[in-house]
Amino acid sequence: MTKTINITLKIWRQKTAQDKGGFETCHASGISTDMSFLEMLDVVNEQLTLDGKEPVSFDSDCREGICGQCGAVVNGRPHGPEKATTLCQLHMRHFKDGDVLAIEPFRAKAFKVVRDLIVDRSPLDKLIQAGGYVSTNTGGAPDANSVPIPKDIADKAMDAAACIGCGACVAACPNAAAMLFVSAKISHLALLPQGKPEAAKRAMSMVCTMDELGFGNCTNERECEAECPKEISIVNIARMNREFFKSAFFSAVM
Amino acid sequence: MLESRTPGGPLADKWDRHQFELKLVNPANKRKFEIIVVGSGLGGGAAAASLAELGYNVKCFCIQDSPRRAHSIAAQGGINAAKNYQNDGDSIWRLFYDTIKGGDFRARESNVYRLAQLSVNIIDQCVAQGVPFAREYGGLLANRSFGGAQVSRTFYARGQTGQQLLLGAYSALSRQIAIGKVTMFPRREMLDLVMVNGQARGIVARNLITGEMENHAADAVVLATGGYGNVFFLSTNAMSSNVTATYRAYKKGALFGNPCFTQIHPTCIPVHGSYQSKLTLMSESLRNDGRVWVPKTPGDTRAPDQIPESERDYYLENKYPSFGNLVPRDVASRNAKEQCDLGKGVGETGLAVYLDFRDAIKRDGKDVIGQKYGNLFQMYEKITAQNPYEIPMMIYPAVHYTMGGLWVDYNLMSNIPGLFVLGEANFSDHGANRLGASALMQGLADGYFIIPYTIGGYLAGTSLPKISSSAPEFQAARKEAGSRIHKMMAINGNRTVDDFHKQLGKIMWDYCGMSRNDEGLSKARIMIQELRSEFWKNVRVPGTDGDLNQSLERAGRVADFLEFSELMIIDALTRRESCGGHFNEAFQTDENEARRDDENFCHVSTWEYAGDAQEPVFHKEPLEFENVHLTQRSYK
Repeated sequence: MTKTINITLKIWRQKTAQDKGGFETCHASGISTDMSFLEMLDVVNEQLTLDGKEPVSFDSDCREGICGQCGAVVNGRPHGPEKATTLCQLHMRHFKDGDVLAIEPFRAKAFKVVRDLIVDRSPLDKLIQAGGYVSTNTGGAPDANSVPIPKDIADKAMDAAACIGCGACVAACPNAAAMLFVSAKISHLALLPQGKPEAAKRAMSMVCTMDELGFGNCTNERECEAECPKEISIVNIARMNREFFKSAFFSAVM
Repeated sequence: MLESRTPGGPLADKWDRHQFELKLVNPANKRKFEIIVVGSGLGGGAAAASLAELGYNVKCFCIQDSPRRAHSIAAQGGINAAKNYQNDGDSIWRLFYDTIKGGDFRARESNVYRLAQLSVNIIDQCVAQGVPFAREYGGLLANRSFGGAQVSRTFYARGQTGQQLLLGAYSALSRQIAIGKVTMFPRREMLDLVMVNGQARGIVARNLITGEMENHAADAVVLATGGYGNVFFLSTNAMSSNVTATYRAYKKGALFGNPCFTQIHPTCIPVHGSYQSKLTLMSESLRNDGRVWVPKTPGDTRAPDQIPESERDYYLENKYPSFGNLVPRDVASRNAKEQCDLGKGVGETGLAVYLDFRDAIKRDGKDVIGQKYGNLFQMYEKITAQNPYEIPMMIYPAVHYTMGGLWVDYNLMSNIPGLFVLGEANFSDHGANRLGASALMQGLADGYFIIPYTIGGYLAGTSLPKISSSAPEFQAARKEAGSRIHKMMAINGNRTVDDFHKQLGKIMWDYCGMSRNDEGLSKARIMIQELRSEFWKNVRVPGTDGDLNQSLERAGRVADFLEFSELMIIDALTRRESCGGHFNEAFQTDENEARRDDENFCHVSTWEYAGDAQEPVFHKEPLEFENVHLTQRSYK
């Protein structure tokens, strides 16, 4: 049933990457429990604007949980308390009247704060540029059915490919590692026959780039898997390690 | 003025012949050309990658923080291709015919036929990139049938087809970024098109992080900036989807084609409150197994499981026995509205109909249904807190897609030389109504397989003197864009940007939405003029223009929507017929279906900007049908 609740927000405000930033308190009153978390922030921002203050900057686009543009840490958890849910798909019915919520940006060495809750996730793009593709030009592809792919393999590849690149895994990791993100792409492509020719080179290049960009290492905390809105499994990290070792020990590509 | 440049010869040979007739750019010369691509979705991303692969230097701009987030990503259901893998009688001709008919005979035959031809290459290309399409146990690709089609020609990747196709294009794009052939400019918003000597030669963009204005010069400009559904405020579009790029090009002389053709998608989660920021689509693939119904008696407030079979009205199955729940989107939407107008709507607001999986679950089992629609059911439950395995879904139509867009010729070039327009941003292929799973097809066909050829023809055959991005034309465009921003910032009124946007959206939904009439349209036009003038006196844009300012970004978009909406209304008033997404109540059959007027309105309506205080100038491109016979669409 729809009801309305009042909550207190402690929101991270930071004007630029160089600023120190800090929490500011504001009140969200009369919030319908049918609202999404971001709609609640919209309401807060409308009020801030009318009060002559600057609204809180936060990223979002599709608001359907697929584009990966939104994300913030709510009471210590990336994308908030619900499992398998992006911030835009988190609804206020999961909160209680009188709750106090601390909202801060995704924090990681590799992600600089741009403003308030917005961070720079371009290092994730750089990781894909390091090899997260099949080198095939437009045109000249063989008939789509010329290479049969067993259904379970295609399904596993799809499980990994479902990553939305939001960066929650990085924010959740005590080491600010991008292992889950990178391993999802390496797995997706290594599982498919189309990705196999470059599997070794890809694994080596993406893993090395991950280090260069300042992402941390994996110490099996499993926070990434727990917070991933698309439930990407850490089995992918095991697969990435396998691909990486294969590449390091057996590949002629080195 | 309107030269469609459709090649001669038989329909099936036109594209081949045209490719041969297009001039080629010598491979060694391609690196001498700069091309700007605005937008990084299926059209823009595919174009930027493919053009760079050919050797052109590409600058690609996107509004999001990464090109991987363009709104194409949200498409759920699938992509059509005339592969006939299912041996069920599909063919290029059938896909062509279905698309032309589905569009209510308001698209260009030659373009649509080419789209159907290229559809098969798209699937090959995507599989080669590693797009994990759904497969059968034997390892071959799976297909499903999709709204409005009687063959299974839709390829899909669970309920995330758009995401997977976009990530395919994004991976190709990333590869070109890595080798330096594409320079990517994320978090940029195009604020104006720059013309030099009558040719499109660049853009002015705003860096959304620093607030700085940037000039970018090129030999050609490709717009792939999506549709304008957010003119309705509530739509299934992403928050940043807007009309600014195409509208700015319109104000520079590009013709806008069929702006009133908007698609209202039948299966969306109903509106639940005034704070709502957007609407969520439920893929229409759900209509393959879900049955649409309302109670037979108006005002019946019993829970759905308390309403016996005999008191349910499966109105689509009853009215359209051969297509049933699979009628095209415009037909399904209008019928839902009709049932709700009769007081038979369900839910708290009465603005919803049921989409019921009870019988499908009984027939196929929960597991099978879960495999097909599990993620959609999950998404529905997340938003509504109701479990569709047990309680029928509630759905209602919502604005989803805009068939109108900048007018383009067969080369996808607008009437401005050097300005190409791809995907939803152009008016082409879908006529007055788009069939399901055809948007992804068009975006990728335009980006991968059409623009790489046609832009070469333009570049090879055109004199393009070198220009500098500090040329006076750039400075003028930049100054104008800057002064608009300053003007907006200086108003410091009492209403927020969203407040204006919501009011505009309501006007458009009420008077220029699913069904329209002259009185309402005329009234809406005045309301919009008043709202626009209030906006420029009373909007409040907080912050400064010298850094990241999301209110300012939205204000610029809403300012353009406030002008563009009027053009939609003018177009709707001028089209004295009903067709596809444009339903004027004065033009309907005895059975309340859209009544076309092929004698007088078998044309593309295009509009030329003539000044802020002037009525736009009308031009028409007559549509000639040499290969299909125009029929009254019937899905009975």
